[in-house]
Amino acid sequence: MPPLEVILQQAFNGLMLGVMYALIAVGFTLFFGVLDVIHFSHGDIFTLGAFAGLSLTFLWAAVGIGNPAVALLLTFLGALVLTGLIGVVAERACVKPLAKAPPLMTLLATLSLGLVIREAVLIFYPRGADPKPFPAMLPGGLFEIGGVVIRYENLAILAIGGAAMVLVDLIINRTRIGASMRAVAQDAEAAQMMGVNLDRTVDFTFFLGSALAAVAGILNGLYYSEIHFIMGIMGGVIGFSAAAIGGLGNVYGAILGGLLFGVLQTLAAAFIPRGSEFRDVVAFAVVMVFMVFKPTGILGEKTVERV
Amino acid sequence: MDDQAAKVQVSRRDLLKGGAAVGVGVVALGGLWRPARAQTKRVVKLSFIGPLTGGTASNGLGGRNSFLLAVAERNADPKSKYRYETIVLDDECKPTVGVQAALKAGSDPEVIASVSHYCSVVAIATVDTFNKLGLPSMVWGAVLPDITYGHTHVEVSRVNGTMINQNHIAADFAVKKLGFKTFSIMHDTTDYGRGHAKYFTEGLGRVGGKILSTTGTAKDQKDYTAELTKIKAEKPEVIYFGGLTPDGVRVKVQMDKLGVKAQFQGTSGIKSDTFIETAGPSAEGVYCFVEGAPTEKLPGGKKFLEAYAKMNFREPSEAYGPFAYVATHLIIDAIEEIGPDRAKLAQKLKRTKKPDTIIGPVEFDEHGQNTVPLITTHVAQDGKWVVWEDSEYATGKRELPGLRFKRERV
Repeated sequence: MPPLEVILQQAFNGLMLGVMYALIAVGFTLFFGVLDVIHFSHGDIFTLGAFAGLSLTFLWAAVGIGNPAVALLLTFLGALVLTGLIGVVAERACVKPLAKAPPLMTLLATLSLGLVIREAVLIFYPRGADPKPFPAMLPGGLFEIGGVVIRYENLAILAIGGAAMVLVDLIINRTRIGASMRAVAQDAEAAQMMGVNLDRTVDFTFFLGSALAAVAGILNGLYYSEIHFIMGIMGGVIGFSAAAIGGLGNVYGAILGGLLFGVLQTLAAAFIPRGSEFRDVVAFAVVMVFMVFKPTGILGEKTVERV
Repeated sequence: MDDQAAKVQVSRRDLLKGGAAVGVGVVALGGLWRPARAQTKRVVKLSFIGPLTGGTASNGLGGRNSFLLAVAERNADPKSKYRYETIVLDDECKPTVGVQAALKAGSDPEVIASVSHYCSVVAIATVDTFNKLGLPSMVWGAVLPDITYGHTHVEVSRVNGTMINQNHIAADFAVKKLGFKTFSIMHDTTDYGRGHAKYFTEGLGRVGGKILSTTGTAKDQKDYTAELTKIKAEKPEVIYFGGLTPDGVRVKVQMDKLGVKAQFQGTSGIKSDTFIETAGPSAEGVYCFVEGAPTEKLPGGKKFLEAYAKMNFREPSEAYGPFAYVATHLIIDAIEEIGPDRAKLAQKLKRTKKPDTIIGPVEFDEHGQNTVPLITTHVAQDGKWVVWEDSEYATGKRELPGLRFKRERV
């Protein structure tokens, strides 16, 4: 039996990982909930968000914004808007034109778009093939509680990730556009008959989901101090799986699924003999079990087709 | 005067006509003559296969550029009997993609030989493919021993060294020279990572180092906090990582973030400028081992770097660029000598011997393996890889992080 502090440290590691997965998963679940679309380029939108954030840090440095807090805030805002808009363009290019086509077509189109985004980062970002160092913009230093090492930056990442999720919840449940999203999710035709602007609602959904991916991308860069153009491949697969475990279409389910996936991967690597080699096997085996025995996920409704 | 003027005018017009006719004639003849000259040299195609995209692309691009430099040099040499054309293929550091690339190169009958692979997992996967296609392939970067020692095919040879010597020397260095006793081994679960772990374990066994744990991790894994938290509890003096740059960066950076107080020791797989640029301050005091010597210290390193700079490539040649360059020259040397015949070339390349390449003397054993005698230790110092003997860590001016942690523990 490993010492308690090791168990707690591992749980904390899993939580950190889970927050980033959850942010990606929420995007997947929003797209599916509102439009019944599985947006497979979302993982690469997450990469794009991270690279947009990194580029903006250079821009702020070049124009002389030296205060890290201001630079960080501007980085988040800039990357959120930029990535959100790219998400809308992706929707207009690959999702909307295929609204009446079989779902397989949308899946294929978004999958291809993901490849285009990934390769574009590789080709057009200077020395895009290499991993890129991400600047430290959060408070450094650490403290220990009962042998568990907690870095201030980890707390900041948890706070930012948590705030983003709360904000999404507020937007969905307390705003007019959120009400439109819920209405479209329930019945798009009825919502339109009640005066909901379908195009605007769908655009906003993609903006919100993609902006969240940008938050996840920047937090990823801040946590690991490094980003790479292939980070969206696994990020996307895990984000989608987390959304599926939680219940596709349910935002809280996506958050829960993300956290569960992060903790599962970490605990498997930490406590199963040779678990590090099988961390993904264990985590994805759980996804399979869910798909077989509870296809609607933890918080999903009785059918998998609607929020 | 008028008559004279008319005469002059006529003769000017004639001159213009004549000049134009001569000009057209020169252009036409030149056009005819140039292809005729080109036709005197038969075209021979050479392929380059390496990781041009993905995590190890920086090494692949450095290798590709070095290959193109060698070909450009031979094409510019009037003594060359053939005109060399190139096919550059990306193996993405993935076995299946590598096999497809080898098949593509091999099914073009004009391709006579290939300069192939930085990644061991790909190089070991394509051995049989090159054999079936009868295409001679000289490996320029992959270090897994079985690539040359695991078969009897004549087609595959290797200009760089293997990981066996590298790891035995690495174990000697850590235990005998630096006095470390306890090690936690991490490696990626590819043949490359497993091979490093195997030969380092073997090396430690010979010099009495104690292994606390061995952890295999997926290639391109992003999060190592679970593994490192577990290893932290073991309190090793050294964490050895058998893997490539992107994963090596993550392990080292996350070690520091988790407060793991151990020395980080890498292999040739992390010896890249990218490692230092990406790991930033975390790279300081990391050491690793590479076959041969740093490019600038190689016998022909200076000349190579000057020629490389003139080509204005966007990417640096990285640690294995000189090996790709030498492999290309060795292949062309052989083609010039025996002609563009795959079967004869494979036989010839298998027992290559040349005393004066830019990496020093080259001599292949019966397996087609260059017996590179030299392994160089490098340490990251002030954002650069420095040869150990030239570093302030060797002179005692600075202390390796692992030695400081060890001292503080006592």
